[in-house]
Amino acid sequence: MKTGMNILLVGVGGQGTILASKILSHVALAQGWDVKMSEIHGMAQRGGSVVTQVRLGEKVYSPIIEPGEADIIVGFEKLEAYRWTHMLRPGGTMIVNDQKIEPLPVLIGAAAYPEGIIEAIGERVNSLTVVPALDLAAKLGNPKAANVVLMGVLASVMDIARETWDAALAARVPARFLELNQRAFAAGFDYRDGKEA
Amino acid sequence: MKTLLTGNEAIARGAYEYGVSVAAAYPGTPSTEILENIAKYPEIYCQWSPNEKVAMEVGIGAAIAGARTIVTMKHVGVNVAADPLFTAAYTGVRGGLVLVSADDPGMHSSQNEQDNRNYAPFAKIPMLEPSDSQEAKDMVKLALDMSERFDTPVLLRITTRIAHSQSLVELGEPMERAVEPYKKDAKKYVMIPAYARTRRLFIEERDKQLADFSETVEVNRVEMRDPSFGIVTSGVSYQYVREAFPDASVLRLGMTHPLPKEKIADFAEAVDVLFVVEELDPYLEDRIRAMGIEVIGKSILPAYGELSVNLVKKQILAVLGVIGEPGEDASGEAAAASDSDSAEDSGACGCDCACDEAAACATQPGESSRAAEPFDAPIRPPVMCPGCPHRGVFYILRELRLVVSGDIGCYTLGTMAPLEAMDTCICMGASISGALGMEKANPDLARRLVSVIGDSTFLHSGVTGLMDIVYNGGTSTVLILDNSITAMTGHQHNPSTGQTLMGKEAPVVDFVALAKALGVKRVVEVDPLDLDRVKAVLKEEVAAPEPSVIITRRPCALIVKNTEKALECVGCKGCKACLRIGCPALSFDKATRKVVVNSALCTGCGLCAQLCMFDALRKAGE
Ligand code: SF4
Ligand code: SF4
Repeated sequence: MKTGMNILLVGVGGQGTILASKILSHVALAQGWDVKMSEIHGMAQRGGSVVTQVRLGEKVYSPIIEPGEADIIVGFEKLEAYRWTHMLRPGGTMIVNDQKIEPLPVLIGAAAYPEGIIEAIGERVNSLTVVPALDLAAKLGNPKAANVVLMGVLASVMDIARETWDAALAARVPARFLELNQRAFAAGFDYRDGKEA
Repeated sequence: MKTLLTGNEAIARGAYEYGVSVAAAYPGTPSTEILENIAKYPEIYCQWSPNEKVAMEVGIGAAIAGARTIVTMKHVGVNVAADPLFTAAYTGVRGGLVLVSADDPGMHSSQNEQDNRNYAPFAKIPMLEPSDSQEAKDMVKLALDMSERFDTPVLLRITTRIAHSQSLVELGEPMERAVEPYKKDAKKYVMIPAYARTRRLFIEERDKQLADFSETVEVNRVEMRDPSFGIVTSGVSYQYVREAFPDASVLRLGMTHPLPKEKIADFAEAVDVLFVVEELDPYLEDRIRAMGIEVIGKSILPAYGELSVNLVKKQILAVLGVIGEPGEDASGEAAAASDSDSAEDSGACGCDCACDEAAACATQPGESSRAAEPFDAPIRPPVMCPGCPHRGVFYILRELRLVVSGDIGCYTLGTMAPLEAMDTCICMGASISGALGMEKANPDLARRLVSVIGDSTFLHSGVTGLMDIVYNGGTSTVLILDNSITAMTGHQHNPSTGQTLMGKEAPVVDFVALAKALGVKRVVEVDPLDLDRVKAVLKEEVAAPEPSVIITRRPCALIVKNTEKALECVGCKGCKACLRIGCPALSFDKATRKVVVNSALCTGCGLCAQLCMFDALRKAGE
């Protein structure tokens, strides 16, 4: 981690990006890194586009990630991943939840939800993992845990010990949801392996 | 112990650690979470006030009574609070008094982006600007100490990126919370002209002492490195500068009024070329230039929106001749970007909502050359929630083709397609008084003019407008959409909700009795979910040639536990009539040419069903 790392979490208000970013920053802190995290809140519940920027490293100044400088983007929704793809650095990693949430202009027919989003992203991004996070979470008993599934996938591409993530999960998730979230995390963590196998 | 805190949490923590006993505010993004976090410390008395002026006055009273006090608001709130603030600058304090102004460069959630640093010299009070959360906390202490030592309110000015960014903060133990014993001192606290003139002279003296203090205070820090160029900066801009130029010489100003003129002059002397990097107005730049020092600032950096590392880097390197010419179009870039992105989605919603995160980030000027072009993605504007009980009111307003004088809050979202039901939105409370002005200028408007305002905004500053309508013979209709909470900023209590910030039960304002007491004879309550009735009442009240108030009462969908079943769409004819309600739970399936209800989002409010001529939308199972 000499060079630092920029991680962008993008999604739709209400998808649980905030919990995800809390887990991530907990992990970073446990590593002894400097961390800055920036998000604009207030509208989370009103369905707007939500972006959380997490920067880690020995010393972090700006809380903001510049376009073309994100090392990893986690898209909690396809269109949001697409909207922010330009933020990824060349060679960066992208994790996209294969979920579609139509924005109001699309719902009322004033705009179209772009076709072939995943393919378009795939043409630009070499390291792309598409995750059916909603299905995976639903299978475990609660689609709301999709955010934690995605954190599991993120963990699997980052060079941080699994125990650190487990500890962060235990610290940040309310006890009564912990078991479910641990399983959701594990499903995400093993997802890429499973695919390659 | 170090922990990650937002700037807002850090300020709250500072209030706790450094002996604050009283805190007051009106919620406003990006300042809201300061008081929400202070409320977690039962040692501190804290309250939401009905508006920022009242909060400021509560703070001034508390400080005069001897308590360490903090008052917080968003930038536009300071306009509301300016009246008492300017005179508190004369009276000074007994306990320390800190005013936090949270500015919003880039207008993530505001109707303008005024630079409140200008208030400090205007009101003649000192100002501090933190660059991260640790400093936000530390500066609460510094501000309180300065306030007591120099007998003045102190402005602690932050911006969205400080308020809502998390960085590491070292936590400390709280000091003792002591309230100075009260002593009457009319010559100091009664600002009749004779006494005020004495205090006016005191301010001149205080300003000199503060200017000296500014020369030595640690937060004004020279970081001398490569002398070939130097940068004067403050606030979050310091972070952009440091990241862009780790080896540059920097004068980081933490106290930005009064300025440390000698320190600035010495620094200017020590470097070959001097730059100022600051967001919004050329506040530092103008003052440095007025000292006769040559400096480069807004000629290469935009005077609006947010700065970024890349922009700062690119523009300064260009001047230094390392890379070509400075991009003259630096400001043009920012303008073009915001035109294409934000104007449509959130710019339209000029309200207290963090609605244009997407647009704001996309407008970061000076994009890195490494960055690819963004894909062309349809915007995702914030919308009124599925099941918002007041959505239908906007549908009817549009249907009746009324002129709608709008206000700040969730209901500003009634501006967006497909509701498109607002004509104006200026500031808190302006809907009602603005309507009076419209009517006076153009009496023909009166019979189709409605002002629309939420409960919290009405209590903030709508009451006086309504009083004015009655007093000065206005005849328009005021719609109070009472959702029983201050919803837009994240559900804070207000005098109509029955609860205080500290969790105590409170009496509830009776809007009907209040309107009547102001002299309104026609006051009607209506259930906003009954669209026929809303329509009939609106028609009748707008037609009446005297002032009237309609109160639509239903709590915000996000604060009630919903027990209704979701709707389902059976036998849809594809006429799309229901889509005009703009509920995010409804969509049109192009393949089947039928409307589909998203049962995960639908609250079963039934508004859409009232628009369906074919009775296709029904409660599931009915
Ligand atoms: S927060 Fe409440 S009042 Fe605001 S749009 Fe949503 S349901 Fe309506
Ligand atoms: S009943 Fe209709 S308008 Fe109400 S929440 Fe459900 S889909 Fe939306």
